[in-house]
Amino acid sequence: MSRINDVGGMSGFPAIIEEPDEPPFHADWEAHVFALNGALIKRGVYNLDEFRDAQERLPVQEYLAASYYERWFAAIRTLLAEKGVATPDELHVPHD
Amino acid sequence: MSDDHASSLISAEVRHVEALLESRGLLGAGEIDTRIDEFLAGGTPANGARIVAHAWTDPGFAARLLADANEAIREVGLSMAGGLQEQRLKVVANTAEEHNVVVCTLCSCYPIALLGPSPSWYKSEAYRSRVVRDPRGVLAEFGLELPAATRISVWDASAESRYMVVPRRPAGTDGLTEPELAGLVTRKGLIGTAAV
Repeated sequence: MSRINDVGGMSGFPAIIEEPDEPPFHADWEAHVFALNGALIKRGVYNLDEFRDAQERLPVQEYLAASYYERWFAAIRTLLAEKGVATPDELHVPHD
Repeated sequence: MSDDHASSLISAEVRHVEALLESRGLLGAGEIDTRIDEFLAGGTPANGARIVAHAWTDPGFAARLLADANEAIREVGLSMAGGLQEQRLKVVANTAEEHNVVVCTLCSCYPIALLGPSPSWYKSEAYRSRVVRDPRGVLAEFGLELPAATRISVWDASAESRYMVVPRRPAGTDGLTEPELAGLVTRKGLIGTAAV
């Protein structure tokens, strides 16, 4: 059974948009998410396959609505909770 | 909600997780900034371009490159072992009969060491879904109109394998030096969405 990331050959996606002189990251937080993932994999908190899997099993609507690095961040939080590093609540900014 | 507001919300969430991990000893102070700096100073399309220019001027290297790219790129001081794990590299060369183009349909696998950070279009569902179904049409959208007789091969990268394209050497470049030739090669040429 394929998951939502398995889009090869799927119909209905729009024209491809190129961004001239595109920067590597579009915001500082994207660079931080990128580096955070590398640091956690290097430290053995989880591995690269687990990281890919955590993105690919995001709820379908969430996967499609999220930007590239939003998916990364969601996967990081999922794995940190599943690995027992922190509770889901601890991984979110507290709200009054 | 404006983009700026959304961005500041997620920035705060990312900072919160970083601080939590630092407090639990899973992240060193300054580790994130160091990793970002290393990444930005690392791969660039100039690396891939250098490989291509060398292949254009040295047929022996070109043959070794197509046979075993991981070994061959060490001859020019490059490696696929610098990331989280060594990636297998396959290099494919365009000819008069065949054009090659690279995608990762499942996510965004890409030879960062040789091409630098990938462009957003490469990671988009639009490119990933469509280039395998209608490569000729997608290449035309990029401004690359191939003759009907040219065969198109699409290479789908995976977690362990990366691909890079050697474009055809442009006509009229016999007098150019290797660095000058490298200057002709673009990131899109190395992916296959441009001629060079």
